[in-house]
Amino acid sequence: MISLNVNGKQHQIDADPNMPLLWAIRDILGLTGTKYGCGAAQCGACTVHMNGEAVRSCVTKLNRAAGQQIVTIEGLSANNNHPLQLAWNELNVPQCGYCQSGQLMSAAVLLRENLNPTDQDIDDAMSGNICRCGTYQRIRAAIHKAAHIQQEAAKI
Amino acid sequence: MEPKEISRRNFIRVSGLASAALCLGVYFPASAKEEVIVSKAAADARGIEMNAWLQIDTDGKVTITDHRAEMGQGSFQSVPQIVAEELEVDLKDVNVIFAQGNPKKYGSQITGGSSTIRGSYKQLLHLSATARTVLIMAAANKWAVPVSECYAESGNVIHKPSGKKFHYGELVVDASKLEAPKEIQLKKISEYKLIRKPLNRRDTPIKTNGEAIFGLDKRLPGMLYAVVERNPRMRGTLKSFDSTAALKVPGVKKVFKVQMKVYDTTRDGVVIVATSTWAAMQGRKALHVVWDDSGFEHVNTIDIVKRQEELLKTSEGISFKTQGDPDGVLKQSSNTIDVIYQTPYQAHSAMEPLNCIAHYQPDKIEVWGPIQAPDWIQGNLSDEFKIPKENVVVNMTFLGGGFGRKAFLDYPYEATLISKEIGAPVQVVWSREDDTTQGPFRPGIAYRCQGAIANGEISAIKFRVAGQNLDHWQGGKRDKPNSSTDEGFVKPYFNSIKNISFSDINFELPIPPMWWRSVYASTHGFGYESFMNEMAALAGKDQLDFRREYLKDERCQKLIDRMEEVSGWKSRKKNEGYGVAITECFNTTVGQIVKVSRHTDGKVKIDQVWAVMDCGWYVNPDIIRAQVEGSVLMALGAATIHEITFKDGLPEQRNFYNYLMPRMSDMPPVEVHIMENTADAGGVGEPGLPPFSPALTDAIYDLTGNRIRKLPFDMNKV
Ligand code: FES
Ligand code: FES
Repeated sequence: MISLNVNGKQHQIDADPNMPLLWAIRDILGLTGTKYGCGAAQCGACTVHMNGEAVRSCVTKLNRAAGQQIVTIEGLSANNNHPLQLAWNELNVPQCGYCQSGQLMSAAVLLRENLNPTDQDIDDAMSGNICRCGTYQRIRAAIHKAAHIQQEAAKI
Repeated sequence: MEPKEISRRNFIRVSGLASAALCLGVYFPASAKEEVIVSKAAADARGIEMNAWLQIDTDGKVTITDHRAEMGQGSFQSVPQIVAEELEVDLKDVNVIFAQGNPKKYGSQITGGSSTIRGSYKQLLHLSATARTVLIMAAANKWAVPVSECYAESGNVIHKPSGKKFHYGELVVDASKLEAPKEIQLKKISEYKLIRKPLNRRDTPIKTNGEAIFGLDKRLPGMLYAVVERNPRMRGTLKSFDSTAALKVPGVKKVFKVQMKVYDTTRDGVVIVATSTWAAMQGRKALHVVWDDSGFEHVNTIDIVKRQEELLKTSEGISFKTQGDPDGVLKQSSNTIDVIYQTPYQAHSAMEPLNCIAHYQPDKIEVWGPIQAPDWIQGNLSDEFKIPKENVVVNMTFLGGGFGRKAFLDYPYEATLISKEIGAPVQVVWSREDDTTQGPFRPGIAYRCQGAIANGEISAIKFRVAGQNLDHWQGGKRDKPNSSTDEGFVKPYFNSIKNISFSDINFELPIPPMWWRSVYASTHGFGYESFMNEMAALAGKDQLDFRREYLKDERCQKLIDRMEEVSGWKSRKKNEGYGVAITECFNTTVGQIVKVSRHTDGKVKIDQVWAVMDCGWYVNPDIIRAQVEGSVLMALGAATIHEITFKDGLPEQRNFYNYLMPRMSDMPPVEVHIMENTADAGGVGEPGLPPFSPALTDAIYDLTGNRIRKLPFDMNKV
């Protein structure tokens, strides 16, 4: 039995400790917002937070994830109202949408550590996330917008 | 014989339905050219099958069935935007559900050829306006007032003089008993409140919180998971396999041979069925397979390219189109060019790898997946498994990208075979490596372009094309030229270039080819439009003025003016390279201007892309902008970052570590402009792609004097 804490909920799962976290989240816990894109830490579609850091769940083995705080896209906010989610909606970022959970999870770490990221910061932080539909221009704009929303909220 | 009384003006009959009081759809008669709008009740009475495109319940709830796939191109937003406009309801009150595959009900449903809107907007407008009209009539009858005193707004019919109102739900029962008038008044473009507005997409919220269900996310009770080890050379046969170790992997249930049909070839594979995706993948690792790869050519990219070059030098090919006498003129000209352009093979690489769920039962098949061609799949599964079409249900989930690859039959067919063998629903998952290496691929094509200039004018152009012909894989005759030989070429050129010819040289390989976003325009555009830029240079003319001279029709002239205006073409500076290209496909013309410069690190960078699209009538400008932004990025990848190469019959690229993708820092700023006119709607999802690579290489030529004629090339080395 492996104990997993995902989005604040404790789970006991019976699985191979070498199974990547991605498949446990998707096939065992049924949280399908986290996507499989490459299985090789190349695309970022499977990005989740482990103790607040962005990790590629397709190469994170269950035994490493056990007992850690895991957050998936389903746990990013209570109501689809993280500043990034608000900005994503306002600027119509997604096309097919498949990469977007990963994009949002990577951007969330950037925005937490850098209240006002520059274009260069965004390039660096987001370079691990592929979008085949080519939404990069909007992702960039939405991260800037989210930074703004976050700053405004902090003033209140 | 179709019943006479079911016609456009007599479309509605007493509705005896309890749930859906007003349900309108379109019926595609087998014999008639034009489809007919019909109510559910009339259809039931006649025993005909119609689609339920639009349904209004007694509580006023509106449900629209989206007959096309949603793969990012926005049908989930643009279809309701059209309906809500003419129906006069608030967009937020409209529900959307995906249709199942059924060409009898929806006509073609293939999400390809950029056809979602251009293929059905007229029907949707008419259908919605018809519903609005009968609802107004029903209200006028109830109040006993003239129809002219009533109007519809936000799901209500309002009596103007008195301010009385009924909501649609209160009217549907009466409305369904009425006959619609002969002439239905459609709104003018100037009256639109929703169409042509950049409204937010309704699928965005569920694509930002993980809720949207893609093919890979779909789950069924009792569903098993499968992965397939398929022949890596795509053509060989299975000699033997040893499943002993695979079957020992916990969770692995069954291992057996499966044969997937790809066109008329067979792809042999061994499937591992397990209780989870991971277990199946582990089982696959433990599997030992021996292939027999004899009896077909093991191709190498080097040889493909050489053979194409050879053919272009020695063969005339099959004529596709000849106007005037280009051969004669070329022979007598002194001011000529004769060059070869080359484009590579490409994988589609949608972010969501291929996958499909199938549930085979003795008298019924149901499939779920990221599917672009539900109607086509229904027909194929019905034929292959000898099950009547009405018992083959094809469900579309959201697609994590498609780009043409998901408009194919192979993966649902294979999944159904596997489900049949195990007697349970199964999800077949393609790994990224499977998705990258198994094809079918966009074919790499080479072009020989010859031209002559006399007195600063084009006197002749001769194009020859050597590349795999998709027609041949779909039953097309070998003595016919590729039916898309001039795809991408802007039609009005033909009115002003007197001597021009296109021919297609037969070029066969054992690799299955396939359509890829914008199909042949994706490669032809590079050859043909790059060559136009070379001709302009030979004539000593500005590339944009050169286009103006040869694209004389009004829409093109306006497009060129707009391109010039938005890009500041005339005021461009030294040290800036500007390039241009205009292509046409799926009834839409797109012009792009790319600006490059050499940055302080010595590298040439794309500073700006301006795209001007003329797609005629359109729905949502923001979705169009997004599609063009994405098309540019996809074209950039194919022009400068990745290609599929073959060695000894094997694709050499396997995953994103060697089939590289453009990243955030590669995205150039893209500014999109849309031409305003009332011409028939053209496509939106694909036509933004082809002009990019010729415009980019033209810009590089403008800056460096170096003409790039082979894709992909390395931006770091120009
Ligand atoms: S699926 Fe994990 S990085 Fe691509
Ligand atoms: S939105 Fe489709 S891959 Fe990013």
